[in-house]
Amino acid sequence: MAKITFITRENESIILEGTSGSVMQLAVDNNIPGIDGDCGGVCSCATCHVHVDPAHTDKTGEASEIEADMLELNDHANEQSRLCCQLEISEDLDGVVLQVAESE
Amino acid sequence: MSENNTQDQICVVIGASHGGVNFAFSLRKEGWEGNIILIDKDPLVPYHRPPLSKAYLTTEGGMESNLLKSVESYSKENIEIMLGVSVEKIDRENQNLILADGENLAYDKLVIATGARPFIPPIKGIDRAKNIFPLRTGADVENIRAAFTEATRKNVVIIGGGYIGLETAASLRKLGGNIIVLERENRVLARVTAPEMSEYFTELHAVNGVSVLTEKDVVSIKNNQNANEVICADGTMYEADLIIVGVGIRVNLELAKTAGLTIDNGILVDETAKTNDANIFAIGDCTYHFNPHYNRKIRLESVQNAVDQAKVAAAAIVGKDPVYDTIPWFWSDQYDVKLQMVGLSQGYTEVLVRKEDEQKFSIWYFKEDELLAVDAVNSPKAFVVGTKFIKDSKKIDKSKLIDLEVVFKPANLLK
Repeated sequence: MAKITFITRENESIILEGTSGSVMQLAVDNNIPGIDGDCGGVCSCATCHVHVDPAHTDKTGEASEIEADMLELNDHANEQSRLCCQLEISEDLDGVVLQVAESE
Repeated sequence: MSENNTQDQICVVIGASHGGVNFAFSLRKEGWEGNIILIDKDPLVPYHRPPLSKAYLTTEGGMESNLLKSVESYSKENIEIMLGVSVEKIDRENQNLILADGENLAYDKLVIATGARPFIPPIKGIDRAKNIFPLRTGADVENIRAAFTEATRKNVVIIGGGYIGLETAASLRKLGGNIIVLERENRVLARVTAPEMSEYFTELHAVNGVSVLTEKDVVSIKNNQNANEVICADGTMYEADLIIVGVGIRVNLELAKTAGLTIDNGILVDETAKTNDANIFAIGDCTYHFNPHYNRKIRLESVQNAVDQAKVAAAAIVGKDPVYDTIPWFWSDQYDVKLQMVGLSQGYTEVLVRKEDEQKFSIWYFKEDELLAVDAVNSPKAFVVGTKFIKDSKKIDKSKLIDLEVVFKPANLLK
């Protein structure tokens, strides 16, 4: 079980609990605005872009090369950027805070 | 209608796949307070279609791990969903739908998201063939899985070397099938890619043990109790426990046509996804619409188009003034290869290949100096760089593009 906090573009905090699957799926299932996951979670569309709280990057690890490439030209990407379809829910993610990125 | 006062209104959506479902949730997000009713003849809770021929086919999990939205999401957003229900007729005059069971359903706004169905070619004997399946629905995949599990020799013939055919070939190969792909043209993916891509994918399948055979026009299928014989015009014959048909689609236009909506290679819609009836919108695969970037009308078979048109229609219905203006993009996964495509290559006059290595390259389609489209194989960077150039209509320096010494960044490639 992991508690995950999403901060929406309107600065609303939404706390969700998940046990398995991707963070994107958890967000989509709970209608977190700004997380669309159009490609279904195969790192092909970049519609699930979040910024990981700088204090929590050890929980999420680093983006893969594919993921980093997908984000490279995104105007809102920074060092905290992740595509949350690539974040698998596990205890390691417990307490993580994710800010939904602005849309392209 | 008064756009500000929607609580007494009903918006009905025919078709609950990527387009219909995304529309329903977008409409709620846009502030529509009235009823939203989604109807689909498919009895399954709406699911992602692209994985059906890819990861979903090869994994054990059921459809619950492949849903577009969780079951609870619908009630949470107060979206009513009627599954396993067919619409018989649209009565525009009375703003009313007649359902297959004779019931009536009134609408104030109607969205047609009926998509397409697989085309089953009129091959002699096809109606008597055993274990022959298209691949478009969850039920198709269950049928394929069941027949494949039961088959002892696991000989599979796939008719059609398009994306569905090739993805299914890769997936069933992964499950241990003996797979033959029969393509009528002289190369696979002929309709959508350059010869370089066709060659790459033919080779990829060969390396993985799948025979991709071209110029194979299937003329008849003979059923021999347990198996089928698939016979081609050149006299060759292939045995098949299972046959998968992936030769394209037919758009589901019947409801729109009978209702007298304007049809032109699809349901004709304007830049807000509206049909020639002010209360009826259409989205997704079934629409024929104008693409401002390519300056022509197109019909697309893609998730991107379905989702983006859904958002436009939702905004338009609550009285906003959106304009549908997007660059189409697509993806395909076969074996461990990631293919991403952006733009429309139709009408290209030149193809350039940026080859990073044998397994990582991209194909750039130009019409003179204009970049039309990019196919990126294991190269998301080429996909995003290409997307940027197409979107911004910027000219690219062709010699720098194919020069691997040049750091692959838009600023370095500008002409």
